Amino acid sequence: MRITQGTFSFLPDLTDAEIRAQVDYALAQGWAISVEYTDDPHPRNFYWEMWGNPMFDLRDGAGALMEIQACRKAHSKLYIRVNAFDSTRGFETTRLSFIVNRPADEPGFSLKRQEGPGRNVIYTIESYATVAPEGRRYES
Amino acid sequence: MGSPADRYKSGVMPYAKMGYWDADYSPKDTDVIALFRITPQDGVDPIEAAAAVAGESSTATWTVVWTDRLTACELYRAKAFRVDPVPGSPGQYFSYIAYDLDLFEEGSIANLTASIIGNVFGFKPLKALRLEDMRIPVAYLKTFQGPPTGIVVERERLDKFGRPLLGATTKPKLGLSSKNYGRVVYEALKGGLDFVKDDENINSQPFMHWRDRFLYCMEAVNKASAATGEVKGHYLNVTAGTMEDMYERAEFAKELGSVIIMIDLVIGYTAIQSMGKWARRNDMVLHLHRAGHGTYTRQKNHGVSFRVIAKWMRMAGVDHIHAGTVVGKLEGDPNVIKGIYSVCRDSFTKKNLEQGVFFDQDWASLRKMMPVASGGIHAGQMHQLITYLGEDVVLQFGGGTIGHPMGIQAGATANRVALEVMIKARNEGRDIWNEGPQILADAAKWCSPLKAALDTWKDVTFNYASTDTADFVPTATPS
Repeated sequence: MRITQGTFSFLPDLTDAEIRAQVDYALAQGWAISVEYTDDPHPRNFYWEMWGNPMFDLRDGAGALMEIQACRKAHSKLYIRVNAFDSTRGFETTRLSFIVNRPADEPGFSLKRQEGPGRNVIYTIESYATVAPEGRRYES
Repeated sequence: MGSPADRYKSGVMPYAKMGYWDADYSPKDTDVIALFRITPQDGVDPIEAAAAVAGESSTATWTVVWTDRLTACELYRAKAFRVDPVPGSPGQYFSYIAYDLDLFEEGSIANLTASIIGNVFGFKPLKALRLEDMRIPVAYLKTFQGPPTGIVVERERLDKFGRPLLGATTKPKLGLSSKNYGRVVYEALKGGLDFVKDDENINSQPFMHWRDRFLYCMEAVNKASAATGEVKGHYLNVTAGTMEDMYERAEFAKELGSVIIMIDLVIGYTAIQSMGKWARRNDMVLHLHRAGHGTYTRQKNHGVSFRVIAKWMRMAGVDHIHAGTVVGKLEGDPNVIKGIYSVCRDSFTKKNLEQGVFFDQDWASLRKMMPVASGGIHAGQMHQLITYLGEDVVLQFGGGTIGHPMGIQAGATANRVALEVMIKARNEGRDIWNEGPQILADAAKWCSPLKAALDTWKDVTFNYASTDTADFVPTATPS
C-alpha cells in the first residue's frame, strides 16, 4: 500500500526540484521549514522525530534542501516529511506538510475489531511495521 | 421633540420623533449595529421607515406609553442614524441602526435575533425588509463560545494541511439501506476523500434507522483509514425531532469514535448552540448543513443575507458551514461568496462594499469556521474552485465522485489528484486560472480516473444569473 498522508501523496514522488519549489513557496509566505522522520506512520502519530528544530531563521531554499537530503541520508528507509510552520496570529500552525521519503515497502495497517456491547465494534488500527521495536522497523 | 410632557402625551407619534432617529448619533464601540435594506410603502418617508425599524426592533410599540419613563429609555431605544439610497435600486434604502449592548442577553443568538429579526419583518409600513449585515461588538462576541474546534485545530486533529479538504455526500440521498450506504462511504474514503457526508434529510427513516447507519459508516471510516493511513471521517447527521434524541445520537457517534457529527440549520439557533457546546465538551468537529436558508437569504429585497447567518453561526459555534461554490449548481455571486467566506475565516474582516460587507468586524479570537462548497462541482473546475475559494475550505463532490464511470473509488481518486496537482502548480507559481485545464489534462495522462472524470463532465457548467449580488460595483480611480 501507499500511505497517503501529506499534501501531495496522490502524485508521483516529488523530485528534488519539485521539493525545492514547494520549499521556496513556503519561505516566500514567511513560513519556517522543518524536517521530521518516523518509523511509526500511524495516522494519529502526531509527533514524528524532529530533524533539528524548525529552521525559523533559514530563508534560503537551497539550505532547506540540504537538510532534507541529510535527513534522507541518515534515514533512507523511513518516512520523512517537510513541514512549513506559520507563526502568524490566528494560525500558529502547520500550513503545508508533505512526504519526501518513504520506505521501499509499505506494509500498511491491520484493522482489529473488538466486539463491543450491542453491535458496537471497537476498532484499532495498527501498523504492521510497528510490531517490531522502534529502530528495527523497515530494515529489509 | 419639545418638553417631556409633550413627548409622553398619550396617542400616536412618528417613530422618528419618539427618539428612534438620531442623525448625529455616533455609535459606541460596544453597540451592535445592523444594516437593513428597507423598502417603504409608497408615501412613507425613508427616515420615518428607518426609525420605525429601529423602534420595532427595540423598545417601541405603535403608541406612546408613559411606562417608558420608568426606564432609562434613551439608552434602550435603538437609533437609526444613517439612511442612504441603494445604488441602482429606486425605492430601497440602506438604514444603519445602533443598539446598546444592554438590549441583549449574553451568549444567546435566540435573544439577539428575537429583537433584530423579530416583529419588525412583518411591519405593515414596509413593503420589504432585509437584514444585510451586522457589526457585532467585541464585548458581545466574547460572551459566545464560537466554533467548538475551528479550522486550525480541525486540521491538526486530522493531520491534513496545505490543501482544501475533500468530501462527498452519499447519493442517492434517500432510500439506501445502511449496509449499502456504508459501501458508498468506504469506496469514497478509500479512493481519496477525507470526508463523506450524510445529506440534510437523512435522519432515521423507515429504510435506514440511524443506529444502523452510524455502525456501518464507522466500519467504512475505520476500514478506509487502515487502507490509506489517513484520518477519515463521515459527518453523522444527528438532526432529530428533540434535543434528547440529538444528544442520544451524538453520544453514540462519540462512542463509535467518529471525529465529526452534523446538524441542520432547521433545528434552530438554540439547538445549534447546544450542539456547539456538546461538541466542545466531546472533542467533536461540528458540521452545519444550511438546510432551509434559501427561503430567506436568496431574494435581495426581503429576508436575511447569508453573511449575517454565517456571522450568527460563527458565534453560535459550528465548525463547518455550507457557504457557496460560485461555480456549482446553487446560488452564488463570486463577490458575495467572497464576503461570506471572509466572515467564516478571518480574524478581522474588513469593510468591503463590493463583497456586501458593510462593517469592519474584529472577531475577537473566536475560532474560524471552515466553509463548505457543495453542489454541482466536479474535478474539471478545480482551478476555478481554488482561485475563488482558497485553501481552507471543504470541496464536496457528491455526484462528481459517485457518478464516475469507473466507480466511486476512481471518482474520489480523480478529485484528489486534481486537487493535489492544482495546489502543487499554484505553489510553484503557475497561473492556474489560465493554465488549469492544461494542468489537469497533463495529470490525466498518468491518472486514468481523472481522464474519465474530465471526459464525462467537461462541459457541465451552471451559468445562471445570481439573485443575491452586491449593490456596489468597483469604480476605477484615476491614477
